[in-house]
Amino acid sequence: MMGTAELRNSERELQRFQLRVGVAGIAMLVAFGILISRFVFLQVVQHDHYRSKAEDNRISIVPIPPNRGLVIDRNGVVVARNYSGYTLEIFPRRVKSVEATIDELSELIEVTPRDRARFKRLTVETRNPESLPIRTRLTDEEVAKFAANRFRYEGVEIKARLFRQYPFGDVGSHVIGYMGRINQADQSRLEEEGVDANYRGTDYIGKSGVEATYERELHGNTGFEQVEIDAAGRGIRTLSHTPAVSGHHVVLTLDMRLQRVAENAFGERRGALVALEPGTGAVLALVSKPGFDLNLFVDGIDPQAWTELNNSPDRPLNNRAIAGVYPPGSTFKPFMALAALELGKRRPNSTINDPGYFVFGDRRFRDSKPGGHGVVDLHKSIVVSSDVYYYMLANDMGIDAIAGFMKQLGLGQPTGIDLHGEAAGVLPSPEWKTKRFRRPEQQRWYPGETISIGIGQGYNAYTPIQLAQAMATVAANGAMYRPRVVGHIENPRTRGRRSFEPELTAQVPLKREYVEFVKRAMAGVNKEGTGARAFAKAEYTSGGKTGTAQVIAMKQNEKYDESKVAERHRDHSLFIAFAPLDNPIIAMVAIVENGGFGARAAAPISRTVLDYYLLGKLPPGLQEPTPEDEFEDDKESD
Amino acid sequence: MELARIPVRRIALRLVEGIDSTLLVLILSLCMLGFAALFSASYDSPGRVLNQCVSLSIALTAMWLTAQMTPQTLMRFAVPAYVAGIVLLVLVALFGDVVNGARRWLNIGVARFQPSEMLKLAVPLMLAWYFHRREATLRLRDFALAGLLLGVPVGLILRQPDLGTASLVGAAGFYVIFFAGISWRVLGGLAGLFALALFPLWGMLHDYQRRRVLTLLDPTQDPLGAGYHIIQSTIAVGSGGISGKGWLNGTQAHLEFIPERHTDFIFAVYSEEFGLIGNLVLLVLYALLIGRGLVIAANAATLFARLMAGSVTLMFFTYAFVNMGMVSGILPVVGVPLPFLSYGGTALLTLFIGAGILMSVQRHRKLVQT
Repeated sequence: MMGTAELRNSERELQRFQLRVGVAGIAMLVAFGILISRFVFLQVVQHDHYRSKAEDNRISIVPIPPNRGLVIDRNGVVVARNYSGYTLEIFPRRVKSVEATIDELSELIEVTPRDRARFKRLTVETRNPESLPIRTRLTDEEVAKFAANRFRYEGVEIKARLFRQYPFGDVGSHVIGYMGRINQADQSRLEEEGVDANYRGTDYIGKSGVEATYERELHGNTGFEQVEIDAAGRGIRTLSHTPAVSGHHVVLTLDMRLQRVAENAFGERRGALVALEPGTGAVLALVSKPGFDLNLFVDGIDPQAWTELNNSPDRPLNNRAIAGVYPPGSTFKPFMALAALELGKRRPNSTINDPGYFVFGDRRFRDSKPGGHGVVDLHKSIVVSSDVYYYMLANDMGIDAIAGFMKQLGLGQPTGIDLHGEAAGVLPSPEWKTKRFRRPEQQRWYPGETISIGIGQGYNAYTPIQLAQAMATVAANGAMYRPRVVGHIENPRTRGRRSFEPELTAQVPLKREYVEFVKRAMAGVNKEGTGARAFAKAEYTSGGKTGTAQVIAMKQNEKYDESKVAERHRDHSLFIAFAPLDNPIIAMVAIVENGGFGARAAAPISRTVLDYYLLGKLPPGLQEPTPEDEFEDDKESD
Repeated sequence: MELARIPVRRIALRLVEGIDSTLLVLILSLCMLGFAALFSASYDSPGRVLNQCVSLSIALTAMWLTAQMTPQTLMRFAVPAYVAGIVLLVLVALFGDVVNGARRWLNIGVARFQPSEMLKLAVPLMLAWYFHRREATLRLRDFALAGLLLGVPVGLILRQPDLGTASLVGAAGFYVIFFAGISWRVLGGLAGLFALALFPLWGMLHDYQRRRVLTLLDPTQDPLGAGYHIIQSTIAVGSGGISGKGWLNGTQAHLEFIPERHTDFIFAVYSEEFGLIGNLVLLVLYALLIGRGLVIAANAATLFARLMAGSVTLMFFTYAFVNMGMVSGILPVVGVPLPFLSYGGTALLTLFIGAGILMSVQRHRKLVQT
């Protein structure tokens, strides 16, 4: 019984299966029927249409790369523009041997070893290139010479291309950023974003600075041209033309003249400077020294220059202002004082005795002034920069309170500036130590470590942009704005503007009288304290604070002797400032690497910058560029 | 002389044993058409034809080896192949190389390969094995579990992202479930759910995948980018006319208007040069191949054999239909090769192993018709 039931069952199953096989067969016939009707439609009904299209398809679509938008500073000074130049291009697929072609060309037109090296680099970098430039910026004479001899060189042509040009060379190089050939990684990113078609015919892309962050706005839309071609693919005539749409102009918040004054003040020294507008976050100047000449990159940097830039111990390609981290040294003290007042750990008039050292356990923390400053209150502690005052304060406050307050000021976190590559820095706290270190004994926070935090040493490490932002926040009574280097985007045709409104990232709850107290104390620094010499006879009010950050740790009783320390191990010189005292319009930080005392290197640079910004006073030896005749014609080149 | 002749005959007999001549003739005819089109498309790189010859001999060997096995032996591969496939997919997700924005390739030191390819056979194998084991006690729950077995690899491939392969693997698995007898009512319900799921699915698609679908609706919107493939391949097909432009005379192909003209778009080259007549020949060959496959499936001895034969056959159909549909502009551009014609060793290998499975099923069919 069971047997027959099973048999019948499986028979039914089989029948069901065969039914489904039949259904599949019919589905196939239907699908193929659809295909046949589509083929009949295309190949019989629409045949004439498509035949003529195929004939037209001797028409090829040639992309027309758009003009890149300009980069302009806040006063309308053009800092990145385009110029049209002739290049001599080799079509690798159309020549038998690239080497031989170059050799032949060099008989007619000068080809330097640098050109050859650059060409080789381009060959490696570019995937499946149509043509590559062997020479750029041909003179009219060279163009004429080649045109007359063109028949001798199959697979070599002259092309007109737009090149980027930076009239200021290396000034503001980290903000403006450089252009580079589109490489494999760029290409993948473009494909991911779905804009690769818009980059047909474009060879270069912004690699750093504003050129990279605002690539989308600057690039514009590629146009295309339908060109009739012969069987060999050579163009005969143009049939239709969709013009390219130029990229938008990017207008910086940066003041290029201030930038130039600031960079000039550094001379050959390494370091960084950031000047912000309190209450908007606009970046007025952003310096990272040394810089590099942006024009080196515009027609493909040659390998030698590239190696030099990359391997230089001065790291010119690094943007120190946003990616360099430095201990703040004594510039940390005004923020500590504010924290003490806000958290009720100090009264403005509470005093201590500074004997020149502070003992914690069996460790002795030295004051930078041997013998100490005597009786010190909070005001004086900032003016004379008493270390002992802040050793004690840090000890009283404890690390958690310090970290909690400094976090509000944005220290130890990226500011979110519109430039790539910002570093986070380190806001030391027990949590940070637990995350940072692996071994349990390293993870523990020792109370002794809190002491040197108080004077901006120890694990403290912040970027200049963070210190500038903290200074600007205090200057604006607690209003913290996201730093921006770009103020608005301008459509070159319609003159329409897209502005970036100041972005308030936090309103730090600070008591007005405490902020005023700290500001007055910082004014005292510039009047009678450590910044007094640098700010002697200033025609405006300002507040400042010097800082000297140790690069190497000193032994407890060892005395720092500058002459005995290697140049790279000398202390960093720092200065933070704002001006004027009431309603500040500029807040800044200057850092001179291995510059020694803050008062000596960074403070005078700050004075120069403030003098120019507030009074328009140029330092001796620096000429004001005359914008009228130098920059007027630049806008027309677009 | 006598002694020497006998082993030769025996070896020859042994070699053709288990090979279904109808299938073999059809497949080789398709391959010949493929060579003709490939030769025309490869005027600038003749090495491709030779490469394809090498791939073809490897694939033929693989087919022969597969055909020698019994369906019972094939069944033993089901679980290991499936598990290995899933593990490799996970490895790809973790350590795979990214090419053109998609993480599909696994680097094994000497070469890179795409594990998703092996899932095209491993998934139906696994499902057929599962249904075979549960034969006579099949419930709805089994179909749900089968759906899960299918969903895991498809989901992993979708994430790479590779919409084309994911749909092919999904289709192969679905065919097994379909032939295993899932009720029409459930099927209808699932179809309704799928239609509803399209809306959130649209949100999950990657930008480039969305653009492919959108450009299908209006390819002229993006003539430089995604629409370019469809516009140019439709022109190639349409301009071929009834009798075609003649072998080696296709202007679309030779002026480099057709992208991927060796691989996924080889049908454009073929259709331009051989016209509607050529297309009909191709469709007839495919229809005969698929018909033969369905007959083999209908006469198979066991449930496993039936399901495998049915699934592989419909896989041939899906490839052919989707590829020709995409080239002629009625289906979106997904990376599906034209079976037995497109250039590329991996796809050829998969297809020939599939053919080998059909042959194995045919050889061990039911001897007595009921």
